[in-house]
Amino acid sequence: MNEFVETLLDLTWHEPKSSYDVVIIGGGGHGLATAYYLATRHGITNVAVIEANYIGSGNSGRNTTIIRANYGIPESIRFYQHSLEMYETLEDETGCWIMHNTKGLMWLAHTETAMRAERARCLLNTACGSETVMVSPTEIKALCPEVDLSGGGRYPVLGASHHLGAATARHDRVVWAYAQGAMRKGVHVVQNTRVTGLMRDGDRVTGVQTAGGNISAGVVLSAVGGHVTTIASYADVRLPVRTHPLQAFVTNGYAQTFDQIISDTELNCYVSQTARGQMLIGAEFDPQPSYSRQSSFGFLQSCTTKISAVLPFLKNLRILRQWTGTCDISADFSPIMGETGADGLLVTTGWGTWGFKAIPAGGSLMAELIATGRTPELLQPFSLNRFARDHALADQGSTGTR
Amino acid sequence: MLWITCPNCGRRPIDEFAFGGEFPNVPERLTDPDQRDVDYVWMFDNVAGITQERWFHQAGCRRWQTVHRDTVTDTVVVVETDTVL
Repeated sequence: MNEFVETLLDLTWHEPKSSYDVVIIGGGGHGLATAYYLATRHGITNVAVIEANYIGSGNSGRNTTIIRANYGIPESIRFYQHSLEMYETLEDETGCWIMHNTKGLMWLAHTETAMRAERARCLLNTACGSETVMVSPTEIKALCPEVDLSGGGRYPVLGASHHLGAATARHDRVVWAYAQGAMRKGVHVVQNTRVTGLMRDGDRVTGVQTAGGNISAGVVLSAVGGHVTTIASYADVRLPVRTHPLQAFVTNGYAQTFDQIISDTELNCYVSQTARGQMLIGAEFDPQPSYSRQSSFGFLQSCTTKISAVLPFLKNLRILRQWTGTCDISADFSPIMGETGADGLLVTTGWGTWGFKAIPAGGSLMAELIATGRTPELLQPFSLNRFARDHALADQGSTGTR
Repeated sequence: MLWITCPNCGRRPIDEFAFGGEFPNVPERLTDPDQRDVDYVWMFDNVAGITQERWFHQAGCRRWQTVHRDTVTDTVVVVETDTVL
């Protein structure tokens, strides 16, 4: 699939009906993917996706588009590897060019402790079906000549774990591909409609309230990013989630091909090249929770200082654009998918800084849960009640943030 | 940038402070003691509005402060300093 065979998007908009089998709150990647798989794999087409703004306007349009599976616990590796493999066939499946590009990802290590952690990561990932190997400084230089192995004299590079399957894709196109596929099967996508409450019958959630009127539903799924605590509170559900800003920026075009994704375990920042040649750079989320989407100069200062220590060529580029998304960080840095304890309300949340890569797997598995009523095996570890059962999936070290 | 007016040091950029988390707030409607424990340990209010949280002035007076902050507009409303040093 490429730009030469691509046709214009075929999107059909509808006024909302008063009742659906499934109502999905949030028209981002996860919400639209769930609707797509419900319609295509399970034949459930009486579905509405309710979006407060336009589709992909939230965090699906603000992320840094990296697809990888090199996590630190088997449950996560299997889940993200499944997602990574689904991305590889997504263009054939949807007939849309999502600009998927397998690049490989290097996580640079600067200390013996980090080297041990990365070696352990390689063994665990390879054992779980996600090929990751250690590479020496010489091999790093061969894969990415731009890396300064002395780390600006301050962060010498001792080695890296090389995750071979890592890729990037165009985030808007992923959203549009799922929206088109779902709409062609008859799913209604309703934009500019904010959910202001949930309809309840006793403890059961029976639909959503919007400014345009009530919409009743057999099942309500919250696939919102950033305001899930508010949605859950309408059903008296408490979530182990805090909403933090996450910032990123792009530079002007770098004239050469930069075909690796570089991430740094010590400095907590990462860089990849967009299809336009711009260098896309991100780092850890802001420490304090906030819904404001304000960008800060302090972030640019700290992030550019760190990343240019290992990639000094970035100093010659100019910053074009900076933006902020709001990400739901769960208490154990793993996503939360499935039942909430409130009958009729499901969530897919806790997508923090790792939601984009999980869109195909998250969407298809949530669709399977809604269609069959059974939690698929890959989803079981990520249930909300894992916290009460003392089975939290702590894996902060693999999220590229701290 | 977010600024905090430290009662000891005056108006300072947020980079000087370390975030110490919001005050835990277990809802009254939870009556089961086990459920209250789970809520206290894991759950967050995650308020879209004014929160009450702890900040440590790391690069200043090195005192803890209680900050009332609006998380929607990202503005600090009130700062109380601890009276016990």
